[in-house]
Amino acid sequence: MSTQAALSRRRILAAGAAGATAIALAPFASARADSMETDELARQLMGRFTAKEGKVRLKIKETAESGANEPVGVVVDSPMTPADHVKAIHILAEGNPYPVVASWYLTPRSGRAEVNFRMRLAKTQVVRAYAVTSDGTVWMDKQEVKVTLGGCGG
Amino acid sequence: MANSDRVKVRIPAKAKKGEIIEIKAQLSHDMESGQRKDADGKSIPRRIVNKFTCTWNNEPVISADWHQAVSANPLSGFFAVASASGKIKLTWWDEAGAVFEYTHDIVVE
Repeated sequence: MSTQAALSRRRILAAGAAGATAIALAPFASARADSMETDELARQLMGRFTAKEGKVRLKIKETAESGANEPVGVVVDSPMTPADHVKAIHILAEGNPYPVVASWYLTPRSGRAEVNFRMRLAKTQVVRAYAVTSDGTVWMDKQEVKVTLGGCGG
Repeated sequence: MANSDRVKVRIPAKAKKGEIIEIKAQLSHDMESGQRKDADGKSIPRRIVNKFTCTWNNEPVISADWHQAVSANPLSGFFAVASASGKIKLTWWDEAGAVFEYTHDIVVE
């Protein structure tokens, strides 16, 4: 999907959620639109699902030192056997211009359900980690990350 | 293809059969997000690495789809089960068509 499509959908969602009269509430409506857009992108990645809490842990600092290069890790409690393993880990950042950050696809040959990398954060926002296990269950963890210096523009 | 000089890795040279090893790899790449503007206020065109894979003797270990929020000089850390001696191959694709490869020889005892 193109960035342009994501941005235009964001505008539509923001308009729908905030309404023409709710200008005073714009920051809250904007956060809600971000969350709704992220929900929709999560459905595009994983289909219809109800996420369970547990098993997956998002490792990211509560306050990002720099929004440009923030270490992020996802660890999932899984035996990583052919019968029971993590198939996918998705990281989404609700407040970024395009919320999907990365999708990792694991195999039993991965041995351990853990990925580590670095990400950009445009502003203070909620970051979500989803893990999809081989039985189709979706697990989720999320955390708010405070960002003083955003990392997407410049 | 020769190993890309843009790639740095930390991978053991040897492992015991069945051991889970950590693989760390970094590619030098701007991951230009398309959100930035140059000094004249013009948008800098987006150019990111959007796919990464790791195979062990051609069997998939892990792969990833990346978007513009993956940081510049993307660093990947993950794990692999030491199955047999051979080649661990890392490949990055950027959306302008460039491909970066790195092959690491490992001995499994």
